[in-house]
Amino acid sequence: MRRMSFAKRCTKEILRDPINLAFGLGFPLVLLLLLSAIQANIPVSLFEIDTLTPGITVFGLSFMTLFSATLIAKDRESAFLQRLYTTPLTGFDFIIGYMLPILPIALGQTVICYLFAIPLGLTVSINMVYAVVGIIPMAIFNIALGLLCGSLLGVKQVGGICGALLTNLSAWFSGVWFDLNLVGGTFKRIAHALPFVHAAELEKALFNGNLEGAVSHILPILLYSALITVAAVFCFLWQMKKQ
Amino acid sequence: MQAIQTTQLVKQYKNRTAVDKLDLEIRQGELFALLGINGAGKTTTIKMLSCLTKPPAGDAIVGGHSITKESKQVKRLISVSPQESAVAPNLSVKENLELICGIHGFSREQTKEKIQELSKQFSLDSVLQRKAGKLSGGWQRRVSIAMAWISEPKILFLDEPTLGLDVIARHELWEAIRSLKGKVTIILTTHYMEEAEALSDRIGIMKNGRLLAQGTVEELNKRAGTSDFETAFVSIVKEDAV
Repeated sequence: MRRMSFAKRCTKEILRDPINLAFGLGFPLVLLLLLSAIQANIPVSLFEIDTLTPGITVFGLSFMTLFSATLIAKDRESAFLQRLYTTPLTGFDFIIGYMLPILPIALGQTVICYLFAIPLGLTVSINMVYAVVGIIPMAIFNIALGLLCGSLLGVKQVGGICGALLTNLSAWFSGVWFDLNLVGGTFKRIAHALPFVHAAELEKALFNGNLEGAVSHILPILLYSALITVAAVFCFLWQMKKQ
Repeated sequence: MQAIQTTQLVKQYKNRTAVDKLDLEIRQGELFALLGINGAGKTTTIKMLSCLTKPPAGDAIVGGHSITKESKQVKRLISVSPQESAVAPNLSVKENLELICGIHGFSREQTKEKIQELSKQFSLDSVLQRKAGKLSGGWQRRVSIAMAWISEPKILFLDEPTLGLDVIARHELWEAIRSLKGKVTIILTTHYMEEAEALSDRIGIMKNGRLLAQGTVEELNKRAGTSDFETAFVSIVKEDAV
């Protein structure tokens, strides 16, 4: 009950922020339109709608990190969290309350991206459902990363690190905007050591019904999700105790 | 009977001692004001008593429970209205109240009743549907105190409740605080002499983390040999410097 009350509050705080809506939903859709327009004039296989849309859904998740980090950092900087620390809410309640509401938002964003891409020529199939479900591990990674950043950084730092740096890193290392083989070398190795390219490839594989291809990419994502979730929980509880 | 009893309570931040071996007794049902200039240790004391921060030495018994060993039990008895306005800004006043009701496990029916009761008690009817973050400082403090009162705590901490408010908003908030007197033990920190004088049953004067004096306004005036409380406060604080 108390956990759900707090989770409900977090959902309202996020969804009532117009900037969140504009960036979280609007930006991926604008990118879909823009890159589809480029594709219409100068065909590039990377920007074909069936390849582009799964990648955009993964890129869109980086905004979930920004949402969760901003909310937590704002709460920490105001006296609101201090007030809640004196209530019967436990550390676990806070973590669930912060993380849980963002997962449906992430799934909603993914669904909207796929639906939006249909008039642009996206192939409609049951695989779309698998692709939406398959985004959950990466969504957890991004939400946990937000919890981690929000626990350690202030509101301004969150804006810089999660808003600018992470969205760019996620874009560069996902192989959505350019073929990683074109850069190759260390850049490609770094990209493959991070979860972004695996998430984009997993989405593409699921969307294209290539389950075998999906399996090889899910392990790094699960590992990163577990690692970042543990680190985020530890850091949140640490700052809670410190405060 | 004592609601709070501290024993040699200490808090240090790096090289600075914020609270220095504080011995304090607060009686059940009274409104006790901790008065002091900035940096006196008032907020740190409240933070320790409300289990927000642990003392490295000393202890306090709050509502019969130790803050160092039984913080869970203490948290069930207390409520805090922090120094800054502690409201969820994108939620309406009603939603803020519902949130705290939910956290304290109220049913839907109980929540509805509680909100009606609080709206009346704190005159919140006109702002109930407005976003809390868009309210004036005075209204936000009022909502903040109403949120602290939801669980009907045995002990209520009000940290600088009228800081930065204009004189009208301050007097309106005093009325709201007066409405709680007698129902709960209230510990209020302030650096406004007139606020301590107008609201408190007893006052503790703090400086550099230490309690210099405590008593009723009359007792403190008598101790300083004056009939004016502001003069008494200045005299007690300066006396310590000598």
